[in-house]
Amino acid sequence: MDILRFITAGSVDDGKSTLIGRLLYDSKSIMIDQLTAIQQQTKHKALGEIDLALLTDGLRAEREQGITIDVAYKYFSTPKRKFIIADAPGHVQYTRNMVTGASNANLIIILIDARNGVVEQTKRHSIIAALLKIPHVIIAINKMDMVDYSEDTFNNIVIDYAAVAESLGLNNITYLPISALNGDNIVEKSELLSWYDGPSLLSLLENISIHQDVNLNITRFPVQYVIRPQSPEWHDYRGYAGKLISGILKQGDAVTVLPEGLTTTIDYIEHNGKKVNEAFAPQSIVLHLKDDIDVSRGNLIVPSHQLPTVSKEITTLICWMDAKPLQKGNRYWLQINSTMVKCMVSEIQYALDVNTLEQKNNVSYIGLNEIAKIVLKTASPLAFDSYNTLSANGGAILIDEATNVTVGACMLQ
Amino acid sequence: MEKYHLYHLDHLDQLESEAIHIFREVAGQFEKPVLLFSGGKDSITLVHLALRAFRPGNFPFPLLHIDTGHNFPEVLQFRDALVHEIGEQLIVRKVEDTMRSKNLPEPKGKFASRNALQTFTLLDAIEEFKFDACIGGARRDEEKARAKERIFSVRDEFGQWDPKLQRPELWNIYNGKIHKGENVRVFPISNWTELDIWNYIKRHQIALPSIYFAHQREVIEYEGQLVAVSPFIQIAEDDCITTKQVRYRTVGDMSCTAAIESTATNIDDIIAEIIATKTSERGETRIDDKVSEAAMEDRKKNGYF
Repeated sequence: MDILRFITAGSVDDGKSTLIGRLLYDSKSIMIDQLTAIQQQTKHKALGEIDLALLTDGLRAEREQGITIDVAYKYFSTPKRKFIIADAPGHVQYTRNMVTGASNANLIIILIDARNGVVEQTKRHSIIAALLKIPHVIIAINKMDMVDYSEDTFNNIVIDYAAVAESLGLNNITYLPISALNGDNIVEKSELLSWYDGPSLLSLLENISIHQDVNLNITRFPVQYVIRPQSPEWHDYRGYAGKLISGILKQGDAVTVLPEGLTTTIDYIEHNGKKVNEAFAPQSIVLHLKDDIDVSRGNLIVPSHQLPTVSKEITTLICWMDAKPLQKGNRYWLQINSTMVKCMVSEIQYALDVNTLEQKNNVSYIGLNEIAKIVLKTASPLAFDSYNTLSANGGAILIDEATNVTVGACMLQ
Repeated sequence: MEKYHLYHLDHLDQLESEAIHIFREVAGQFEKPVLLFSGGKDSITLVHLALRAFRPGNFPFPLLHIDTGHNFPEVLQFRDALVHEIGEQLIVRKVEDTMRSKNLPEPKGKFASRNALQTFTLLDAIEEFKFDACIGGARRDEEKARAKERIFSVRDEFGQWDPKLQRPELWNIYNGKIHKGENVRVFPISNWTELDIWNYIKRHQIALPSIYFAHQREVIEYEGQLVAVSPFIQIAEDDCITTKQVRYRTVGDMSCTAAIESTATNIDDIIAEIIATKTSERGETRIDDKVSEAAMEDRKKNGYF
């Protein structure tokens, strides 16, 4: 059994929480006591049926306002897969929460209300999917019951969306007509949608191939922590603990320690306390090097024939997540995996209009939930890859020096 | 394609690696971390994961048990044996001492629970030792407020969680930067479900306190829940004490944790039972969660885990 992480996105009333509720309910992942609790709340709200959306809205403010504010994680499994759902808010003011949920997703389900077709929010959610390089996209055209299960309506929306997808370079798209409220095409295929010959949503989720979502071709090992027992028994033990974020490492491999650039070979590898000949992503391991060189947290160990970029000047796309705007000259901490360096914004190249995709030049600041391309200068050289080539070593965050809050999501170029 | 079949981690191995990564981020980013240990299966799993993250070195943190005084004796014995076996430091802070020093009244009622009072003791211990990161075994599948919480969850100097002001948490990058006096609650097994925990325990043959397995116990039945007869609960004249074969699905205080009728005497039986069950873990066994719909959210806002 493997794990599929997916995010659901849609506008406020597209039925996103209902869809998740339906998946959990129909896959029998909801327990009686949870159901009783939401039945009681549904009564409070004076609605007729069980409000499946109540299953995911976890905070009091969310239940009161009937909206999703922050990402809720939900879990269910079938005999084939374990699923982790990031139920993210759709509203523009919570874009940063959506980016949070999207950053670890193998797949995104973008909901479109069949009555409304492709709207502004659909485009914004698609831009985020494209920016974060989410490997698989499902366009779920919901509320088909409200349009008499019309094949024409479905086809017209598919044509509209395909144009958006093309402009964004989004691939791996599957289109699916559903009614989350009635359960059409969610777990079982619906007879009311007999013109649709693809699988149901659950069947899609169970069968999409996600092996390739882990990059095994480029090897990167960020050092998190140095294990030095300093006990008589383990006197000379010095192990570099970390997670292999991509690729494969073998005993005897020639490696380079970055950003300094010192070279050595792998003496041996430990996985869960046992020596192994090789390790692969995403295993957490302990590495032992042949030579006694200075290695500590923040270093990146890579095969010597597969060097990443090492630079003090970094161009990056950024999704800004703070109320205080980003401006040229501002200083931040830049964190990529276990490496932290100080940096300064040296240039704002352009801001992206998330509705029209237009590039706006000559902008002096970037506001909350805006996307921009900027240049950062770092205090010391940083070893990284382009996010498009290797997202595991190309995603970084900016941290405000004064508040310590995470203020930006960077996709390094 | 061949490569991807050869180098593939199943869901438990993925969850394990994710948790070890989080443990090592704590070790790398904080000065004074601590692991909160309750003696339950989730915190025992945390200890097992910490062994994998740091051996042959020692843990870069002690264990902390917030002792309500309402423990199952089996769990305390287990705790002491485990700590002895792994040779790590255990700190115990007692709710009773907090009640004495702060002049807090003993909670009243049939199942008078010191659960809420634990928060005071925890916050005092954080203050006493200047802990900057507290690692806990909470899981997002347990409860809907927990489903919303980040893996690195920043608390202010009063230990409070502000669910509306959570830091974005992207990819596998954990921002542990805090101001003096604040602390971070860290949840390495956020993405595990109850069933994942049991399957992991089975795979690695992790030992557990005996109360997780079916045994004979004197209980009273109260609003459909079975509560063990102990000095910590009030037994009324019309309560009917019976001996039943039960086990515990979660380990909390004797005063607020309910048992379930079960014949599951080994891990395979327990896994089969969980797969068949129609009631959630906390719903079935926690008397303290039913107070209000937002009981957990409110407790978290006040510094609880």
